Amino acid sequence: MSDKKKIRQTVIPIGPFHPLQEEPEFFKLFVDGETVTDIEINIGYNHRGIEKISEVKSFDQVTFLVERICGICSNSHPFAYCLAIEDLMGIEAPERTSFIRTVIAELERIHSHLLWLGLAGHFLGYNTVFMWAWKYREPVLDIFEAITGNRNHYAMNKLGGVRRDIIDDDIPAILKMVSELVPAMDMFKGAIIDDPVIHARLKGVGILTKKDAIAYAALGPVARASGFDVDIRRDEPYGAYDRVKWNVIVEQDGDVFAKAKVRILEIYESIKIINQCLKKMPKGPIDANIKEVPPGEGIGRIEAPRGECIHYVRSDGSNSPVRHKIRAPSFMSVPTAKASIVGQQVADASIILAAVDPCYCCTERMAVIDKKTNKQVLSAQDLVRMGQEKTRKLWKP
Amino acid sequence: MAKQLMFQIKDKLGDVVFQLEDKSAKRTFASIHKADLRQVAGVLHKDFKARFSIASGIDNVKNFELLYHFSFDDLGKIISIRTFVEKDDPVIDSLVPVIGPAAEWIEREIHELLGISFKGHPNLKRLLLADEWPEGKYPLRRDFKNE
Repeated sequence: MSDKKKIRQTVIPIGPFHPLQEEPEFFKLFVDGETVTDIEINIGYNHRGIEKISEVKSFDQVTFLVERICGICSNSHPFAYCLAIEDLMGIEAPERTSFIRTVIAELERIHSHLLWLGLAGHFLGYNTVFMWAWKYREPVLDIFEAITGNRNHYAMNKLGGVRRDIIDDDIPAILKMVSELVPAMDMFKGAIIDDPVIHARLKGVGILTKKDAIAYAALGPVARASGFDVDIRRDEPYGAYDRVKWNVIVEQDGDVFAKAKVRILEIYESIKIINQCLKKMPKGPIDANIKEVPPGEGIGRIEAPRGECIHYVRSDGSNSPVRHKIRAPSFMSVPTAKASIVGQQVADASIILAAVDPCYCCTERMAVIDKKTNKQVLSAQDLVRMGQEKTRKLWKP
Repeated sequence: MAKQLMFQIKDKLGDVVFQLEDKSAKRTFASIHKADLRQVAGVLHKDFKARFSIASGIDNVKNFELLYHFSFDDLGKIISIRTFVEKDDPVIDSLVPVIGPAAEWIEREIHELLGISFKGHPNLKRLLLADEWPEGKYPLRRDFKNE
């Protein structure tokens, strides 16, 4: 205990903190030589008190408030919140709405997974992958703009419906844009899943066992890469997921490679879902015209790109929620790093922590502390550089 | 299948659940006394393989209310365990010894935002609030004033 206290006194957190980026976290790695012996995760640097703010906003305003929780999953939170209110009222949004919401949710999954892929490439020293992934993410944002008018913060959800319709005349053009993503994804799949150097760098690295995944109640691709088969889209169908054909991607190995593979293959499933939704979309109203929210409580949950996103809302019949509890998937997935990183090499630390897919500023705030001297020996930049150098050594014949 | 499971759960828990409300096919709320929390959570998590999704804490002015949301992924259903904690004795058993590390962060969060203590939690320090935040001020309590 006294040892730990000492560590706390000598560590200087590396900053500066960037409040513009999502989810700043501070990982303190404890190392012995090249091996990670322990990790301490500190969060809360950018806690904005959104649950508290929600209590003074009207039910309609909260939709836009929760959209600002995250810039990457800016559809997931309003979607889950609207489902919570609809659960509270015991109603269902019109059918056409479910299809439109599903299309947006899956486009969001594609752009989020591509973003992860690019950054994972960067951490490994594959900057070409980084450039490609972000290049092919652009057309996805163009599709968003075509449908919603915005490249980010789509503002599509409202209580009991969506704010904009997808115009039938636009559908062929959108389908064409979506189909153009497939060859790009094929290239990625080949470049990453079949690359021997990536196998050497990622296979068997940062393993999260199925037992640990269940103990930490891991979610989304992190859980599914460890054989823990949980996907809210299938388990508790919402939107149009029960009306289209698609597969849940599950891998058994639990290492970083499995997590990458799950995400890459999920993009194909998302494309399948979007295609079917756009073709099958029924005609009809897009709004249930909710005027007021009665007293009661409701829970809404969806499968965000990172896993189950759950909202609990209680109303007393007034204009604002009495209580609004929000749980984003990273809240459950980030602590799994403790199970997957201990015993691993320092050079692999950045990619293991990144494999959880927290928002990325996290790894910027990483420090390595030598157990014997209690001094910070490496910064986040050093760690990324070490990860890249390890790959570079494998490239040489 | 969902009905059968509900019968089994009711059977297993007996009179521990004093109020059971099936809000819809997907949502059930079960009220229990706080002394029975570990037993109920253990039954749901170990015997019925429920996944702990999250807990919500609410300040009802006259008391605190805690909801533990357990997800039954095979059935597409959430069973929320509802329990109450008195204002003058804001202490409840921690679930970490029963369901593992999944409950660690949320109990730390409820502890600092609502001021409820979790007995048996391995590391009940602050999660989100800054180190400079004054002791004894709980932002999610109704009597909290933003100065």
